[in-house]
Parts: sequence; C-alpha cells; structure tokens
Amino acid sequence: MATTTLGRRGRAVPVGGRHRPALRALLYLSPWLAGFSVFFAYPLIATVYFSFQRYDLFTLEPVGLLNYRYFLQDEAAWTAIRNTLWLVVVMVPARLLFGLGVAQLVTKLKAGAGFYRTVFYLPSLVPLVAGTLGFVYLLNPGTGPVPTILSAVGLPSPDWFGDPGWAKPGLTLLGLWSVGDLMVIFLAALLDVPKQLYEAAALDGAGPWQQFFHVTLPVIRPVLMFAAVTGVIQTLQYFTQAMVAARVASGSTDSAGSVFTPGYPAQSTLTFPEWLFHQGFRDFAMGYACVLALILFAVSMVFTLFLLRQFRGLAEEDA
Amino acid sequence: MRSSLLLAAAAGLAVLASAACTAGNETAPGVPSAGSTPNREPVTITMWHGFSADNELKAFDDALAGFRAKYPWITVKTTKAVQDDQIIQSVRGGNPPDVALSFTTDSVATFCKTGLFQDLAPYLSGSRIDTAIFPKVIADYTEYQGKRCVMPMLADTYGLYYNKKLMKGAPPPKTLSELADLAKKLTVRDKDGAIKVAGFNPSAQMYENVPIHTAPMTGAKWTNPDGTSAIGGDPAWKQFMTWQKDLVDWFGYDNLEKFRKTFGDEFSADNPFMKGRVAMAIDGEWRNAMLAADAPGLEYGTAPLPVADDKPQLYGGGFIAGTVIGIPRGAQHNTAAWELVKYLTTDTDALVTLSNAIRNVPSTLPALQSPKLDKDPNFQTFLDIFANPASTTLPAHINSAFNQQTLQEAQEAWESGRATDLDALLAGVDKKINDKLKLTAGG
Repeated sequence: MATTTLGRRGRAVPVGGRHRPALRALLYLSPWLAGFSVFFAYPLIATVYFSFQRYDLFTLEPVGLLNYRYFLQDEAAWTAIRNTLWLVVVMVPARLLFGLGVAQLVTKLKAGAGFYRTVFYLPSLVPLVAGTLGFVYLLNPGTGPVPTILSAVGLPSPDWFGDPGWAKPGLTLLGLWSVGDLMVIFLAALLDVPKQLYEAAALDGAGPWQQFFHVTLPVIRPVLMFAAVTGVIQTLQYFTQAMVAARVASGSTDSAGSVFTPGYPAQSTLTFPEWLFHQGFRDFAMGYACVLALILFAVSMVFTLFLLRQFRGLAEEDA
Repeated sequence: MRSSLLLAAAAGLAVLASAACTAGNETAPGVPSAGSTPNREPVTITMWHGFSADNELKAFDDALAGFRAKYPWITVKTTKAVQDDQIIQSVRGGNPPDVALSFTTDSVATFCKTGLFQDLAPYLSGSRIDTAIFPKVIADYTEYQGKRCVMPMLADTYGLYYNKKLMKGAPPPKTLSELADLAKKLTVRDKDGAIKVAGFNPSAQMYENVPIHTAPMTGAKWTNPDGTSAIGGDPAWKQFMTWQKDLVDWFGYDNLEKFRKTFGDEFSADNPFMKGRVAMAIDGEWRNAMLAADAPGLEYGTAPLPVADDKPQLYGGGFIAGTVIGIPRGAQHNTAAWELVKYLTTDTDALVTLSNAIRNVPSTLPALQSPKLDKDPNFQTFLDIFANPASTTLPAHINSAFNQQTLQEAQEAWESGRATDLDALLAGVDKKINDKLKLTAGG
C-alpha cells in the first residue's frame, strides 16, 4: 500500500524514496557482491555441506559426523598441524629477523648498495619449484656442493632433507634464502625513518642499539606487523616447497608403482595444506578434505583477527 | 524472516553445489551390439595417454599406424604425458577424451566404483570378446567388485637384474638367505667405510623395492576379502621386514642412505644398476629397453626374485600390474573409442609392436605366444614370471594408494630404527587402513 509523507519543503514524497540511496549503494556494490558470492560464500557453504558427506568427487552419501570423527583420530593430520605450527613459530620470526637484518645492513652500505639489494632480492624471484629443487641439490649429502665443501674442510653436514630432525630447519633455510620480498618492504620502511629522530637520539647519547630499539622499531612497527600477518597466513598455507623437497629427497619419480609418502622423511615436512590436498585429490576423500579445509579456514581467521587486533592496538597507541 | 531467507539461500547453494560436483551422469550411447555393422562415417576421436619418452611415443605411433590402416575412417588425436588427475578433472568438467590410458592401477577401483570410466561389459559382449585371452591375474587389477571398466594394455612384471661382472661368476640367488649372503660378499667399501658398490640395496626406499614389488618374495597378503587389512595378521610381512632390517643393519642405515642419495634419476642413464654401482637390483621388465639404449656394453642377467627360504614354491613368480585403458564417462564417440580400445588391447600385432619397442609384457595370451615377439633370454625371464601361477598383483582397492603409502611409511620407520616393535607397527598399519576404509567406503 502506497503512503505519502511531507518532504522538508512540504512536498509529498513516496516513502519508498528513502530506500533509493540503499539501492544505489547495492548497485555500486553488486560487482563485489557477485564476486564475494561466487568465489567465497558459495565455496564456503559448499565446503560445509560436503564435510558431512562421503564424497569421492563423483558420488555423494550423507555420513553425518564421520569425517569430523575421523579427523580426531587421524595421526597424520595432527602431525601436519604440529609441523605447520612449527613453521609458523620458527620460520616466520626467523624470516622477519633475517629480512630486517639484511635490510638494515643494506641501508648501511656506502657503496654498491644497489648491487647488494639486487643480489639479496633475486632469490625471491626464482619460481618456488625451481628454487626448492636447486636448494635440495645444493644440500644433498651425496652429491651436493655444500656438503662436499664442508667435508673437504673436515666439517660434518647433516642430511638436510633426509633426516626428520633436519628437514624443517632445511625448509627454514630455504625460506631465509628467499627473504628478498621482506627485505624490500623493510628497506623502504627503514629509509622512511626521519633522520632527525636519529640525530636527536644521538644528541641524547643513545647508542646504535638504543637508536634501533627506541627509534627504528617504533617507526617501522606497522610494517613489521603487516609482514607478520602476511607471513603467518602464507605459512599456514605452506605447500609447494614442502611437497617438492619431500618428493626430490625421497627419490620418488611419480611413476606407476612408485609410492610417494607425503611429508618425507617420516612425515616431518607434512604440512596441513599438503595433507588436505592429498586427501582430496590423491585419496579422493573430498568430504574429509572439506573438514580439513574448514579447520584451516578457522585457524587462519583466528590468527588473522588476533594479529589485526594487535595491529589496531598499536595504531591507536601511535595516534 | 531474515534467518529463514538465509537458510533457504544456503540450502539452495548446497543443492547447486551437489549438482555441480556430481555432474557428468550421462549414459553412454553408441555401445555396439552383437553382429551390428560398424558405422564408417569419418570421425575424429581424442585419446589421452601417459607416454612421454621419445622411444615410447614412437612405439605408440607405430601401434596407432596399424589402427589407422585397419580403421581408415577413424582419426585419432593424441595428447601425451597425461596423468590420472587430468583425466578425473576432464570427466568432472564434462569434457573428457574419448579414450584415456592410465599408467597406474591404483585408481581402478575408484574409476569403476564412481563410473568415471564406463562399464565395458556391454562393449565386450557386443564385440564378442572372450576375456579368457587375458591371463587370470589381470582381472584382479582391471575389475572392481566384478565390474570391468578398463582393459589391460601391456603388463609389467618385476624380477632381479644382476651385473655379471660384479657377480664374479656367482649364480643369481634363489632365496632371501642367498641374496643377503651375496649382497654382503659383493659389497665394496671405501677406506672410511662408505659404500662404494653395494651387492644389493635392501632399503624399502630404493627405487623399485616398494612393498607391492617385494610382497611376492614371502607371499605376503595385503587385504582380506572384505577389504580390511591383512598385513598385521600375515606373518609373511614380518618375515620379510625382519630379513630386510637385518641386512639394512649390516650396511648401517645412515651409510645406506648416504649411498642412496648419490644415485641419479631412476629412469635415466644415471640409474645405479646401469652405472655398475649395485650388483643386483629389483626392477621391471622395461629396464631391458633402457639398458639397451643407455648401457649397451653392460653385461647383465635377469632372474625371478629370490623368495623366503621356507617357501621355495614361490620361486618363479613376481608382481604383475600394467597399463590400463578405457572410455571415460561422457565420451563423445563411444563406438569409435571402443574400436581403438579393442584394437590396442586385443590386437596381437599392436601388442607385439608395442612390446618389442618398449619391452613391456604383452597382456594377452595370443600375443605372448606370437612368433613376432622378440624373446631374448633376459626378456624371457619376465614372460615366464608373467605366466607363473605364483605371480600376484595388488587387487583393485578403493584405498590402494593409501594402503601402500601406509605400509611404506611403516617400512621406512622400521628400517631406520625409528620404530622398534614390529608387531605394534604392523597393528598400527592395520588400524590406519581399516579406519580409512570406513571413511571412504563404509563397512
């Protein structure tokens, strides 16, 4: 039923007119809404739906909570969680510290800074698969140049990707080698720190370490937080390097009859996304893979919200 | 109101999701009926296969030349180096090839159970093909629960290769004890104890020493008739793994791993057997072709795999598997596709041409008996293994790859010393396999 009301100047306007701005906003938002629905909402709802099904990519059968119950007893999934958390706790801070250290070093260089920036940045441009292959080759205990050199000078070298105790440190080393992406961000942040702050600190008698902790760090804190958030999210999705390193180190050829045990050696490099992929596309247990995907989504959300809250707290402090 | 709308939208999306992800249920038109005259309208069909090496591609082209001569109205467009993942995605996407070939038998159960490959029974009866032309063991890996959805196209068998020079006149071992003794005798170490030449590398991580290939050495069983694991309850696995661990310990696990890490790619001229770095190795019949191409000067012999000392009746047998080929669900030209599948899997000349070129075992009895089949003594060993009643395969299982991977991990843990209680280890393997079976197949 149409009703009317008085406008500001006494003219009658239809009540529905108040909705026009909202409709217009919806219209403007529609491209994003379409993308959000198709690429986020629909896959998320479908993932929840499939997590209650036995789904081999072709046939569906409702199984209630079976996939969730299986997760609780799936030793490999828990190993994958532990490995992924290890990488988050060790590799992310290690990359942040190393990236910051390298950036700091490059800012101090009097000559050849451009050359060194390029040298340190280049590894991050190498495709992940190629970089990992090269790294495994370099550290291969039988034929790799690094163990050969170490052995020539009488030093021992671990079986980096063949010993369960050394495989994750090996991946961390690979992460440090390709730290150029972080170095560039930190370099820009460091160059942005006002020189006057250092001069004032120096006048107050602050040494290099005090200047770093009381001038540099507070100024670049938002950049560090950004690097930490993206680093954690990327590491929760760590896949390619672990998969390639394990496959090469195991000697598996992906040929008929060959068995590849993901996470070689002894599941020490098995990450959560790798296990998820393996369940869905190798074992065709897509319903269970959906459970793993939902867990990964939830954990990523919790991590991100926590870090963003910290970030917001810092921003408010600065303001 | 708002929540009910949301619920309705969620339900709608869920229905859409299930519909989208279970697509491709179309039935198969064009199944030949007995005695019908084939349609000779020109047609182009697509075929995906996994061959990638130059010699394999040439051999496959030669086999297809025979098909073109026999069926000139059918043009075959091939795509090389395709893996199972791509076949699966193409069927899901509703755009599969007319014919697809898979190098692994691990997916056969899934192919048949889900209908990803069409049931070939109507095609076989329509073409009046008697499956008795295939050795009986082949049915175990081309059928699942009585349904045949793929045909065998060449087979693989596994035996022992030995380097005559490194063997120093010793005959090939027939028992596990003889293999262990000879492996120790023929091993050469550096001054620092590092292995220079190994008589035999017993590690489960060594190329073809995977459990499916070594199981026939003690007659070990994988599953019970209901699909559950038979591994923990079969003493044959314990017998093999105990023998394996003893020999690994003699070498020293770390020494053996360091030695293994110096090996080149398995399928290249750097293979350690071809380089003379191991005196004996478990390998497939196809190694004969690679040796001829990449190490023509190497003097070698072949023999069946040694077997448990207390089971001499197993000697002569081995593991059998092979390449499989079928018509994916949703293929556009079923009749012509079947003609190609039929030709590649039952035509004696086609199988012999392929076998002679890439040294795989022909998968039909007439092809095995063909006078055109090249039979040098080293290849004959594998033909004999193929025909031996003690030979076994890994029966199609819905979790075939998972089962193998689980046992492989256990063998690695055992030989490295990370696991010390073999009974508990194998009981754990049983539990993982049985739990996974409940997850994927019920039961």
